[in-house]
Amino acid sequence: MTTTTKPAAPVTATRSRRPGAGALALRQGRLEITQFLRSRESVVFTMGFPIIMILIFASIFHGEIGGGVKFTQYFITGMIATGLMTVSFQNLGIWIPVERDRGVLKRYRGTPMPKWVWFAGKVIMVVVIGIAETALLLAFAVALFDLDLPGTAGKWLTFGWVAVLGVIACTLCGIAISSLASTARSGSAVVTPVSLILQFISGVFFVFTDLPTWMQQVAALFPLKWMCQGLRAVFLPESFGAQEPGGSFELGRVALVLGLWCVIGVVVCLTTFRWTTKRDG
Amino acid sequence: MDDELAISVRGLRKAYGDNVAVAGVDLDVRRGEVFALLGPNGAGKTTTVEILEGYRHRDAGEVFVLGADPAHPDADWRSRVGIVLQGTGEFDELTVAEVIRHFSGFYPDADDPDKVIERVGLAAKAKARTHTLSGGQKRRLDVALGIIGRPELLFLDEPTTGFDPEARREFWELIRDLAAAGTTIVLTTHYLDEAEALADRVGVIAGGRLVEVAAPNRLGNRQEALATVSWRTPEGTLESAQSATPTAFVADLAARYGGEVPGLTVTRPTLEDVYLTMIGHAR
Repeated sequence: MTTTTKPAAPVTATRSRRPGAGALALRQGRLEITQFLRSRESVVFTMGFPIIMILIFASIFHGEIGGGVKFTQYFITGMIATGLMTVSFQNLGIWIPVERDRGVLKRYRGTPMPKWVWFAGKVIMVVVIGIAETALLLAFAVALFDLDLPGTAGKWLTFGWVAVLGVIACTLCGIAISSLASTARSGSAVVTPVSLILQFISGVFFVFTDLPTWMQQVAALFPLKWMCQGLRAVFLPESFGAQEPGGSFELGRVALVLGLWCVIGVVVCLTTFRWTTKRDG
Repeated sequence: MDDELAISVRGLRKAYGDNVAVAGVDLDVRRGEVFALLGPNGAGKTTTVEILEGYRHRDAGEVFVLGADPAHPDADWRSRVGIVLQGTGEFDELTVAEVIRHFSGFYPDADDPDKVIERVGLAAKAKARTHTLSGGQKRRLDVALGIIGRPELLFLDEPTTGFDPEARREFWELIRDLAAAGTTIVLTTHYLDEAEALADRVGVIAGGRLVEVAAPNRLGNRQEALATVSWRTPEGTLESAQSATPTAFVADLAARYGGEVPGLTVTRPTLEDVYLTMIGHAR
């Protein structure tokens, strides 16, 4: 039987009391932050991890790395970078599979919310928590270990763009890697080793140039190494640049690699992101 | 063009690998109608409904929901369709009021969150974190999120699973209210009494096919079915007979027994009998 009955064309909505796109993204961000702050484990582990690490490092390594620069001044860069990676890459890579498994994402997909608003909410959450966590870490380091904060506006500017670009790259990679986990529980199994290995090879726990050359080269393929290097340009004296593998802090290359990872992250997110679990079809 | 149809489906097919979940379904749902898809687990109910909701892609067939193809849902279409999925999407760290208020922001013409909370019977729990809710209360929250945007068409996938009898009655009242206000409702259920209580028409789905579509009291020609008259003989054995004219049959019996017929019952097939026969044939 062939039939020609078709329902009516949609009636165009004329009125709209819905908040504008920007406002929608902000309230999505606020919701994500509320959820994050109310989940005690996330707060303790994400916010506390870098602080605990710097406490441990400062207790192990006393003294100077050379040139009147303390070890803590060197390692703070790795701790900031690893903190930013924890709040973005690790946090999202672990939580998005949980939300997908619970059907939270499926629920959002059933509403008229524009897809990008959900991603924007995650980015806002990561940026706000990242800033708070970094500020807390710096406050601790200044109070307990006499950390020298950057002295010039130029260095703060570098701090700003390295942190922002690094966080965006890691956020996108976190969203991208979340699609690898097939169940809620496998999120941390996928993300934790990746993030741990990157921390070891990128000079978070060691002086980067002390690592074997091949390891340095592997690390140079990933964002964390470049985040650490960019932050060293902020927290260490100019003269330390000469000890970097490239003979300087290579800020141009830092921007290039982090920017490239942002592009890779966007492409992978757009092509592989799943709102439902695999068994949901 | 037929403005009267909220949903129109022709030749819908969907397979997962070798497993054919939906094997050619034709279906029309009129605007303002309450339509129940009844069927055993694995019959294809959820797959069918999720295709209509725009969650799954079909392999073949023509589907129109509110005049548009749900395979390409846009924001306008989404704002006119309410969805209550099978138990999903918990926001453990948020309160009932926070979740409902947040979702109300997605819709151009959302209902008042407090009114909706009241309506689904969660007023006492408005400030409770959602993880403290009971199964039935979580389901009410699901329903609240389904109706917050004042949908023209509401999908409910097994909405009362896990409800106690009283909660089910209350829920049925809510559905009747929504239907009375003109909302088209498509619900899946495996409870026969629910389909009978709520639906204008019931579609029985089994083995991926729509076996029959009819008003609940007409399903399987229930009204025309032969009645079974049974009674006891003076010796105490149970007798029964099928009859198209049970009244005459009973009058006859009464005459034979000279008055009261011992152990007399007259029954027609229940919805359950009809349903079990139908899904039995489909297997």
